[in-house]
Amino acid sequence: MQGASELRRFGALHYVIDLVAVGFTRELGPLLTAIAVSGRSGSAFAAEIGTMKVTEELDSLRVMALEPVEFILAPKYLAALISVPCLSIASNVCGIFAGGLFMFFSTHLAPLQYLHYVLASIQLRDVITGLIKSVAFATIIAHVGCLEGFRVRGGPDSVGRSTTNAVVKSTFLVIVADAVFTAIFYLTVKN
Amino acid sequence: MAIISVRDLVVEYEGRRILDGLNLDIEQGETMILLGGSGSGKSTLLRQIIGLERPKSGCVHVKGVDITQCSAAELKTVRRSIGVAFQSAALFNSLSIADNVALTLREHTRLAPSIIELMVWMKLAVVGLADFGKLFPQELSGGMKKRAAVARALALSPEILVLDEPSAGLDPIVSAELDELIVLLKEAFQMTIVVVTHELPSAFRIADRIAMLYKGTFSSVGTKEEIRASTNPRVRQFLDRIPDEMAKTPAVAAYFEKYLQSPEAN
Repeated sequence: MQGASELRRFGALHYVIDLVAVGFTRELGPLLTAIAVSGRSGSAFAAEIGTMKVTEELDSLRVMALEPVEFILAPKYLAALISVPCLSIASNVCGIFAGGLFMFFSTHLAPLQYLHYVLASIQLRDVITGLIKSVAFATIIAHVGCLEGFRVRGGPDSVGRSTTNAVVKSTFLVIVADAVFTAIFYLTVKN
Repeated sequence: MAIISVRDLVVEYEGRRILDGLNLDIEQGETMILLGGSGSGKSTLLRQIIGLERPKSGCVHVKGVDITQCSAAELKTVRRSIGVAFQSAALFNSLSIADNVALTLREHTRLAPSIIELMVWMKLAVVGLADFGKLFPQELSGGMKKRAAVARALALSPEILVLDEPSAGLDPIVSAELDELIVLLKEAFQMTIVVVTHELPSAFRIADRIAMLYKGTFSSVGTKEEIRASTNPRVRQFLDRIPDEMAKTPAVAAYFEKYLQSPEAN
């Protein structure tokens, strides 16, 4: 909407469709999803593993000759690898749908026509870039969350600290990774 | 040959010496009690025996393998012959009691699910929890959790059973039931059992030998009769429940004297 108010001044309101479609598939969809997952699941990973550490469940896995990294991190990582790209796609769809609503109410653009413009402006490359990003974000979130959980020492207060660290670090790293990917993508397109 | 052999074991945490050159042999089929007060180092020794921590120096041989130096693969092999029940029970809260017991069977054997189910039922029946397999750990009482932890420790029919404070936090009746269970397990399965405790009645009920720890060293090791008859001052203090003299030291007395004369106290 903020972009649209600027574009309206130049009579370029129809560019909102390009902005929404490309912006969401390439950038905002994966990024917003990763930040939400980082807050929801990264913290949960750290809290769950940290609690397991405090209650000697990790020790009990080791003495059962089971490797905690294989047993705990691997399933969470695989789940994140599947769920984060899926959620990113859902986020893209929701964002584009919201753009359609905005265009309908602001310019009375027919939904089918909006969809036609969206499909014309999105390239497969944009979608793939977004999905590659979301896979990288999933890797960051799962590993930072689990690592913070494994690093818990002492009692329940340490679990709280690790949970906070997991959210702060994974959100920061997701934003840094997003900037790196965007830079790479920008340079690739330029050349 | 001893099934567990501890030699010159030294453990330090951040420069603080916890275990100071311990030597101990635990024979096959015996029940060894590691007895001692809080902070004496008995749980630390237990963690060394099950290979959860590496010592500063010294070694721990379990079934002839030095678990302080061996590879990760060798350590895993040794661990399959050790069943451990932790002080907090450490059951996986996301799994039912039956699934907790079945976990190692599913991961380490290729038994059919129906056989695993039968074995789980048998292990739970041994500890008197045959009808509680579908419950989750948070639905059990403290004593039931401890018994479930023992059932899980027994899952692979280990040669060595290690129990960390099995009676801690339990009422005397449940505690006595657990003691009887430990005695029964030893008689039925000829297991080597290592128990960490500071509960004297439990220790004297289940022990073949007792190793008494004090500040990281063994103050006495012997049969329960030898420990009962010991004249070692530390053993006597522990057995006769005599408090430390800390409250009567001149420094503490001077502190209280000064406090009582201060305006705050008046």
